[in-house]
Amino acid sequence: RRVPAGTPARVHLRTGATPVAMTRLRELIRSVRQCKTSAEERALIAKESAAIRASLREDEHFMRHRNVAKLMYMHMLGYPTHFGQMECVKLIATAGFPEKRVGYLGLMILLDERQEVTMLVTNSIKNDLAHKNHFIVGLALCALGNICTAEMARDVAPEVAQLLNNRNSYVRKKAALCAIRVVNKVPELADSFLDGAEALLADRHHGVLLAAVTLILRLCDGENETDSETAYGGGGRGRGFGKAGFKKGGGGASSDGDASNDDASSAALTRFRRRVPDLVKILRALLHGAYSAEHDVGGQHDPFLQVKLLRLLRVLGAGDAEASDLMSDCLANVASNVNAGKNAGAAVLYEAVRCVVGVESVGGLRVLAVNVLGRFLADKDNNVRYVALNALAKVVGATGADAQAVQRHRRTIVECVKDGDVTIRRSALNLVYSLVNASNVQTLVPELLDYLEVADLEFKADVAKRVANLCSKFAPSDRYRVDAFVTTLVKGGAFVARDECRSFLALLTNRVELQPYATRALFRAAHEARDDAHFPLIGVACWALGEYGDVAVDVAGTKLFEEPPTALTARDVVDTLRSVLADARAPQDVRRVAMVALAKLAPRFSSDENIKKDCVDAVSAFRASLDLEMQQRSAEFDRVFRVGGDVAAATLERVPPMALRDEVGASASSAADLRMAGAAGGVSDANTADLLGDLLGDVGGGATAANAASGADLLGDLLGDVGGGGGAPLFPSGGAPPPSADPLADLMGGSPLTPGPGAAADPLADLMGGVGAAGGGAPVDPMAGLSLGPGAADLLGSPAAPAPAPAVSSAPVTSVVVPALDKHGVSVAFSCAKPNDSDATATTITASYANANAFFLRRFTLRAAVPKSATLALEPASGGDVSPNGGVVTQVLNVVNPLVDSKPLAMRLQVTWSEEGGEERAETATVTFPSGV
Amino acid sequence: FPDRDSVVARAGTRTSPPRPGSRRARCPFASHGETPSRASSAKDRRPPRGRTGSLSGKRRRARLLGRKRTKQSRTMTIRFLLLVNKQGQTRLANYNENVPQEERRQIEGEIVRKCLARSDKQCNIVEHRNYKVIYRRYASLFFIVGVDEHENELAIHEFIHCVVETLDRHFGNVCELDIMFHLESVHYVLDEMMMNGQIFETNRRAVLSQVKEFDAPPASSS
Repeated sequence: RRVPAGTPARVHLRTGATPVAMTRLRELIRSVRQCKTSAEERALIAKESAAIRASLREDEHFMRHRNVAKLMYMHMLGYPTHFGQMECVKLIATAGFPEKRVGYLGLMILLDERQEVTMLVTNSIKNDLAHKNHFIVGLALCALGNICTAEMARDVAPEVAQLLNNRNSYVRKKAALCAIRVVNKVPELADSFLDGAEALLADRHHGVLLAAVTLILRLCDGENETDSETAYGGGGRGRGFGKAGFKKGGGGASSDGDASNDDASSAALTRFRRRVPDLVKILRALLHGAYSAEHDVGGQHDPFLQVKLLRLLRVLGAGDAEASDLMSDCLANVASNVNAGKNAGAAVLYEAVRCVVGVESVGGLRVLAVNVLGRFLADKDNNVRYVALNALAKVVGATGADAQAVQRHRRTIVECVKDGDVTIRRSALNLVYSLVNASNVQTLVPELLDYLEVADLEFKADVAKRVANLCSKFAPSDRYRVDAFVTTLVKGGAFVARDECRSFLALLTNRVELQPYATRALFRAAHEARDDAHFPLIGVACWALGEYGDVAVDVAGTKLFEEPPTALTARDVVDTLRSVLADARAPQDVRRVAMVALAKLAPRFSSDENIKKDCVDAVSAFRASLDLEMQQRSAEFDRVFRVGGDVAAATLERVPPMALRDEVGASASSAADLRMAGAAGGVSDANTADLLGDLLGDVGGGATAANAASGADLLGDLLGDVGGGGGAPLFPSGGAPPPSADPLADLMGGSPLTPGPGAAADPLADLMGGVGAAGGGAPVDPMAGLSLGPGAADLLGSPAAPAPAPAVSSAPVTSVVVPALDKHGVSVAFSCAKPNDSDATATTITASYANANAFFLRRFTLRAAVPKSATLALEPASGGDVSPNGGVVTQVLNVVNPLVDSKPLAMRLQVTWSEEGGEERAETATVTFPSGV
Repeated sequence: FPDRDSVVARAGTRTSPPRPGSRRARCPFASHGETPSRASSAKDRRPPRGRTGSLSGKRRRARLLGRKRTKQSRTMTIRFLLLVNKQGQTRLANYNENVPQEERRQIEGEIVRKCLARSDKQCNIVEHRNYKVIYRRYASLFFIVGVDEHENELAIHEFIHCVVETLDRHFGNVCELDIMFHLESVHYVLDEMMMNGQIFETNRRAVLSQVKEFDAPPASSS
């Protein structure tokens, strides 16, 4: 009837293809389906492709239709079909409707980035747009709407604008959508569609209205597709083809299009805001209109159009109080009357809620919207719950007032965390996190902790982390944080990350009053949950027992209000640690923590000889461990125990308070300053290094003592150096430890005058305290205590000269280690410190003389000379002889350099000693100190 | 699948009773077990199709060009519509943006794996890369729609059903084989419902009046 004239064979119109072609396509499909392997299929397709190519070369025009259909099928399977594109162009140029149709379809599907093809069809499309048959016009518009490029867009824009007024609704709706593509490609053409789009709003046809609203949405939308050229941009190859048709050359979306596009969209916004009453009218008609079977979907009158209208209203009302006011009645109407029982109704309601939240609605309407979402949460349909959760998350993120309304639905949201659907659980969890604030943390965190226990494995780590974060942000008290974290450890099992453990322990070091309480809580938790999954808990508990086990035992004196009763004795503590240490299932790092804990407790439980002996024995038992690191650690502690006295007490001191994670950022700069001491290099990284890893690291340092012999600091780690230095004397057979780059040894060597780690008045102790506070992690390691004690320095002092310290000249000199001499196994290093801040000229230099040889150095003396402007006073050395294998003697030099600002101190020095049973030796050196000394 | 049943029930009242033994007598969206090809089950066990071999220069360039496309117009609603069966074989692909073939295969594989892994009780919305994927399952066939993140998921969910109902009315009790053998018909139907990622017609009668104008009801595939 309405078939265009000139079709080659009318009979084909009924099947849409020639009978031959159809069977052949089916045969192809069937053969492909019968292929048993991919290789077979590939071979078949290759054969078929060859046949099609041959057919194309022969130019068998009656086969074109079939070829294109086959190519489409092959394209869907993922085989190359680009050679068929020209065939589509030829089909489009034919007069028959079925050929055109398959040609256009093929073009839309097969087209890739090759631009010249689209250029070739521009003319055909232009002709078809002017065709008197509206089906052909529709085909051309459809193809244009899907594949149009910037050049084509410029070419066809006037025709498309004109077709917006076509008397046929079929053409109008397609023209409207085609206009969207044109505007996407060439934003400056937007103006030419404004009138047409506005006129379409009066249309009665739903399809046209839907297309018109979509077009208006695009026109009001400032964003443009800047990459229109790359979409099909095939380079300059095809440029020659349709040049005559260009109006502005082949430049595509020009850069000035952006600015004009913004203007255009704001102009469109102003223009269409005037039409808000009309849009509301259309929406009302849909809401209250008579039932129409054609448009009814799930009880809603054309929900798709409603959704699009609401979306347009949202764009128009955003930032415009007047327009928002005009639509508010209608929105309230939708929000209260639409039935969300069916998916279609829920879609409309959901869009209405988004509209209410997006525009400048009054408070009551927003609360109504949030309540609608709250109802959604209780819906039985998962999809509805999902969109509600996402929408609520946006509302919470947006404004404070709406967040209040959301809080009212907290209980329902928390229910969704336990939903059977993992997607919903994830969305709900995200929402809960954003709901938590200081006022509800005590209700929501227990919920999250309950969830942690049953959560999917993939969620656990995340939940544990988030709970820790929420607690650090909102917890009402530190005690609450302790409780929450212990519960997290219990319920999170192995999924609690070390990061969280570390920041918790850092908190603990800072809260003296909580230490006994937390230790007991951890002790209880560790006892209740002794299985493989809880090693983070056991590790943390061991650490806490080692540090605070002695105070935790004193239950009466340190008991907090409403603390559950725990009868904790020194025996319990030690037995627990011993059982962990002996537990072969426990990870090595946990066992090492237990060993250090026992070692640290030994001097503190010295009142009871049995307990002390148990501690010492448990540690010493590992001197023969096959685990090299355990073995070395054990041997070191054994040595410390044997030296005993002040050395042991100072070595096994409690760690100083660490910087809390949130404070680390603030002190980062001071940490950077401290880095110049070399030792701080390890320390300032400690907030990224981890607690247990540090333990590993320092023991590892001992293990690599042999490697350190090469002078390379393999671990580059403060503690590793300690281990290296400490390990050497215990393995004399390994040879004398040669010079190693060990700045820490100098810190240790430089500290004999410090009365002990507890004396904060001492500048060096200050330094260490400062380093610990800034860096956070390093002193966690009990071994760090070694570096503080004078005895430890004697014991472990490195015989080697340190590597040149990376001096930071701009920073104030708090302590700089300067290597002075390193010869014949004798090294001299200066550690400089300012005794008082007010006087920059005075410097206290602590010289440390280390002996790496296997013999004593007798009558070790140092003579030093400074420039005339400076004065120097030497104090007596700590000893006349330097003991072998890492023995250290220190001496303090007080220097006043009045020219400190202009000229750093230089010093000439001579050291003399006589080797045991051997000759006298003398060495001289010139030392230049860094600026500031 | 209650949705599907209701459609069939409604459609069934309008269509003539099936001839005994004819293709129409099969349940809608019959799975492969009932296809004429006995070998299909063997084929279905094959891994998802993939091609190997290095890319030619031109293709590589094409992919690079494709990668450049990052920014999407906000008015692009539907990025792609896929019909995939339970075995993960694509039965129809309709992309509204230019995605190179390799990437298409990759996307399809990822999405299908995600959708297939989900149970009926889970929601029909999956987040994938930077867009949302909304899928609906009808018997052995998944209808998968990728949309940008601002889209109303529920409306798209409804739209899928609208497409299925339209196809159902076009083919009369549509099944997977109908879609396979009448690929272009399905494309024609889709082209009447959406263009460039925009929905513009959801009235079944309006859609089909255009398609049916030139397409007789498809001949039997046997």
